Amino acid sequence: MSPSKNTSTVGSAIVKRGLADMLRGGVIMDVVNPEQAKIAEDSGAVAVMALERVPSDIRRDGGVARMSDPEMIKGIQGIVTIPVMAKARIGHFAEAQILQALGVDYVDESEVLTPADEAHHIDKWAFTVPFVCGATSLGEALRRISEGACMIRSKGEAGTGNIVEAVRHLRTILGEIRRLTTLDDAERYAAAKELQAPLALVAEVAATGALPVPLFCAGGIATPADAALVRQIGAEAVFVGSGIFKSSDPERMARAIVEATTHFDDADLVAKVSTGLGPAMRGEELSTLSERLADRGW
Amino acid sequence: MRVGVLALQGDVSEHRAALADLGVDAAPVRSVTELDGVDAIVLPGGESTAIAHLLVTSGLLGPLELRLRAGMPALGTCAGLVLLASSITDGRDDQPALGVLDVTVVRNGYGRQIASFESSTELEGGVRVPTVFIRAPRITEVGDDVEVLATIDVGDGVHPVLVRQGPVLGASFHPELTADRTVHALFLDLASASHAALSN
Repeated sequence: MSPSKNTSTVGSAIVKRGLADMLRGGVIMDVVNPEQAKIAEDSGAVAVMALERVPSDIRRDGGVARMSDPEMIKGIQGIVTIPVMAKARIGHFAEAQILQALGVDYVDESEVLTPADEAHHIDKWAFTVPFVCGATSLGEALRRISEGACMIRSKGEAGTGNIVEAVRHLRTILGEIRRLTTLDDAERYAAAKELQAPLALVAEVAATGALPVPLFCAGGIATPADAALVRQIGAEAVFVGSGIFKSSDPERMARAIVEATTHFDDADLVAKVSTGLGPAMRGEELSTLSERLADRGW
Repeated sequence: MRVGVLALQGDVSEHRAALADLGVDAAPVRSVTELDGVDAIVLPGGESTAIAHLLVTSGLLGPLELRLRAGMPALGTCAGLVLLASSITDGRDDQPALGVLDVTVVRNGYGRQIASFESSTELEGGVRVPTVFIRAPRITEVGDDVEVLATIDVGDGVHPVLVRQGPVLGASFHPELTADRTVHALFLDLASASHAALSN
């Protein structure tokens, strides 16, 4: 054995997608201060999303939602040992540059914030830090991957505590993937056109039957049963935004959602952790919303 | 010999695919019953604090520790290495350690995600192995009974990245993320030898 002095490469696709692989089977929790971040880590979160307001408050307050103050992100980085993610506005590459300079572990180019560009998402290949992006359909997911996203999450409808949109997005993406695997070579050209996605990616998904990056669920998870539902549909991990810290007992809710995400196919266990949790976040019926966040991005 | 992959959280599917490449159908392990059904185990990459938490809540921590102390072969990569280590620095104060690999590891010792990197290392006999380090633990001390199988030097000194103590193998990188199967083959060799010795 000889010591091997080697060149090393940062920011390659395998390194960026690799962190998403490590988060599989876990829960990523929205937190707005170091105290919440500590509760999240203590409860078994695999990562935290540092932001100034959870989506339900952004929805309530209105106005322009922007990247969080670096000071609050640093405060959270200083208190936990798990990865810290943060959100940049769609197309706002300068916010993403700041987040990378702060050393955040993942950037969420998120429809929860007010979009900064109505035509262009961020060129994510240009960054060392990996990106996660939301999607409502396979075509949208593949467009984000072609721009360099290393993880895809359903958009769902953030801040509502209503799982229906996340289920729709997951079922759409996974159903479209299944359909692609049944096409012959000639049919894949037309599929790429219909999906408005690069042919190479379409061919790859058709061959493997899966996205080339992990598919997680976000937008509306409010209970352990919601987590068990989306995991059984095919999400590899879950983001929980308002669902934990807007519930009546955040610490218990956080622990219960972590258990349900790991043991998603064990109904006895999910029943046990769901018992006596107290009220979940109130939630919103979608027909009462004035704006759908999932409509942002394309 | 039945091989399992601890499947509480992390890149379980990559390890199962790596073992499948070598003809082994590895079983996911999420409960004590499933643990009882395997003779060797892989502790995957993931978040070590989350896996440690889930080891406690699933009741697996004690039984797994007992099995490992009784000589069950194991491969731990990244978070798995952290869990196997006898000493963890920069972890949480209450982070449980299985303590069957006499090494000190510093969690995220190679830095945050923006410092994560790929490189390669060399095993005895000149076998070159590609390495992917993701918020990787750095091995800073090894005990007398630990054999260093590979090291890396990316400009800040020579550090062990693949170590062995008896039938327990630990890697600070992720062999499961590349197509190279050297480390998994080494684990299966160690596990079979150990299993054969125990069966006799």
